Amino acid sequence: MALQDKDRIFTNLYGLQHWGLQAAQKRGNWDGTAGLIAKGREWIIEEVKQSGLRGRGGAGFPTGLKWSFMPKPDPEGRPSYLVVNCDESEPGTCKDRDIIRHDPHTLIEGCLLAAVAMNARAGYIYVRGEYYNEHLILQAAIDEAYAVGLLGNNAAGSGYAFDLYVHRGAGAYICGEETALIESLEGKKGMPRLKPPFPAAVGLYGRPTTVNNVETIAVVPEILRRGASWFAGFGRPKNSGTKIFCIQGHVNKPCNVEEEMSIPLRELIERHAGGVRGGWDNLLCVIPGGSSTPLLPKHICDDVLMDFDALREHKTGLGTAGVIVMDKSTDLIRAISRLSKFYKHESCGQCTPCREGMGWVSRVMDRMVEGRAEIDEIDVLEDVTKRIEGHTICALADGGVWPVQGLIRHFRPMMEERIAAYKARHAAPAMPMAAE
Amino acid sequence: MTEAAVDHLDPNWRNSRAEPETFEFDAESEAQIAKILARYPEAKKASAVIPLLYIVQKQMGRQTGSAWVPRVGMDRVAERLDMAPIRVFEVATFYFMFNTKPIGKFHLQVCGTTPCMLRGSDDVLRACKDAGHLKGYGDTSNDGLFTLSEVECLGACVNAPILQVDDDYYEDLDYDRTVQLIEALKRGERPAPGSTIGRQTSAPEGGPLTLLDVPTLEGRGGN
Repeated sequence: MALQDKDRIFTNLYGLQHWGLQAAQKRGNWDGTAGLIAKGREWIIEEVKQSGLRGRGGAGFPTGLKWSFMPKPDPEGRPSYLVVNCDESEPGTCKDRDIIRHDPHTLIEGCLLAAVAMNARAGYIYVRGEYYNEHLILQAAIDEAYAVGLLGNNAAGSGYAFDLYVHRGAGAYICGEETALIESLEGKKGMPRLKPPFPAAVGLYGRPTTVNNVETIAVVPEILRRGASWFAGFGRPKNSGTKIFCIQGHVNKPCNVEEEMSIPLRELIERHAGGVRGGWDNLLCVIPGGSSTPLLPKHICDDVLMDFDALREHKTGLGTAGVIVMDKSTDLIRAISRLSKFYKHESCGQCTPCREGMGWVSRVMDRMVEGRAEIDEIDVLEDVTKRIEGHTICALADGGVWPVQGLIRHFRPMMEERIAAYKARHAAPAMPMAAE
Repeated sequence: MTEAAVDHLDPNWRNSRAEPETFEFDAESEAQIAKILARYPEAKKASAVIPLLYIVQKQMGRQTGSAWVPRVGMDRVAERLDMAPIRVFEVATFYFMFNTKPIGKFHLQVCGTTPCMLRGSDDVLRACKDAGHLKGYGDTSNDGLFTLSEVECLGACVNAPILQVDDDYYEDLDYDRTVQLIEALKRGERPAPGSTIGRQTSAPEGGPLTLLDVPTLEGRGGN
């Protein structure tokens, strides 16, 4: 059975109502916040652990566990920080945008509760630069919260002091990586740091810091109000809760929707997005969780469940739950090649395998689109992607090569046909085997 | 080769116009700077480098009709934040949203990443070229009205394809509606941002299928 409206956390996802405080309070935000804070740090962390909440930014790390890594308050009064990742730049992902422009108080209240759990006295919400109009709304919502004492000294009447700020990025996908985000927030180029030390030990301004995705933080108040077992009741074990899915591409009615985790992919598309253009049998493949997650061909899409573990069994992932649907009219090699171009553009240039590799992969993929290649270059391409993967400081390069690996894994014959067709058109001497 | 040398070789006058001799923050910018600096610890005010570069870019837009960040503007930011000028230059050139050369009055930014590509961003690009009289990405129209850029995923994929004009997203576009938008900009109009087919934000076309049964408000107060 599909998720019912009464169990939806983002009740203003589409902006049907006003985003402001008054309307938000009528929807149930900021209800009894001080009482939740009074139950203390340990209780909050335990509830979040019991709820089974896993990070909504792509990696799916258990949130309660992450918070428990934060140290106790510093005896000398030096601060810890909460940083909220609203860089949302993964192609296919547009959920955090709806949260900050339509339901900002879910996030602001969540920030306060998360801050209590991790002893943070200040929080920064890092919003991607392109979300200019959205960041104005978020800032206005924060101003409202300050005006009535929900933030600041004695936030929400709890006795806890907490300040919250908005910080805009300026167009760099890499700043969605948590340590690059911290670098950027400190006023530097967004280049990821080596880990360890992890941000929970040495983060923003050298202080303990936890970076969480917007959606992760924004669901916390409802989990605490309704109880961990309510949230854990949705989805399969270890994949629990509700989730915003962004359904797009070749569907009849693209949309965002909050649904239960572990919903079958086919049901998700057909119930909420009006089905695949031309019917289910016209489906070619789906990228299930944002551009970094390898695609799934139709026969897997027929019955796969949308959660972390089910998708991992098929060598892909839930990622950010940006569901990119492609029908049979798609030039799939071009679609994946465009993603390679994206990663080439967004590589920060710090690690050689990524800086050189993303460009190399992109150039080879450009040739694969035309078919201007040798059949065995597909093997070379796959081999190189495996040499890039896992050999860089951050996961950008991994995310950059996975889509190509997915293409080769499931659609190798299509690539071979393209090459054969090119050769047939140009019945000239064979291209020399070369990397470029 | 230095950038100045590139400018000399560039037959396009717009690129060689330009680096102004001076830049000083105006009163509007100063008021914004004061607010921004209050967000960061005094010893960590380098954090404000991105916000201050935006302020330079906006002020240039107000004063010259071209929103970009000249070298002297970067230097003013460096002075204000006690940073080495090279550190500010690094940031201004690392992040994609700072225009380090003059641009047209309207910045047409076509999202060309796969989700938009699947929904017809090629048509949006073609419409921008046709209606804006632009040769391609990187070009500025002869009347100085439009600069065309390709941007990477704008994060509004369920409303693809997207054209971002300056700070505003125009969504659910096709060729004809993109042409109409650009013609409106030429007439000095500024159509309301958002879906160009009247969709309720990210809800499915035709109206929401969920969230029909949540508490409604008596009136939609506020702005």
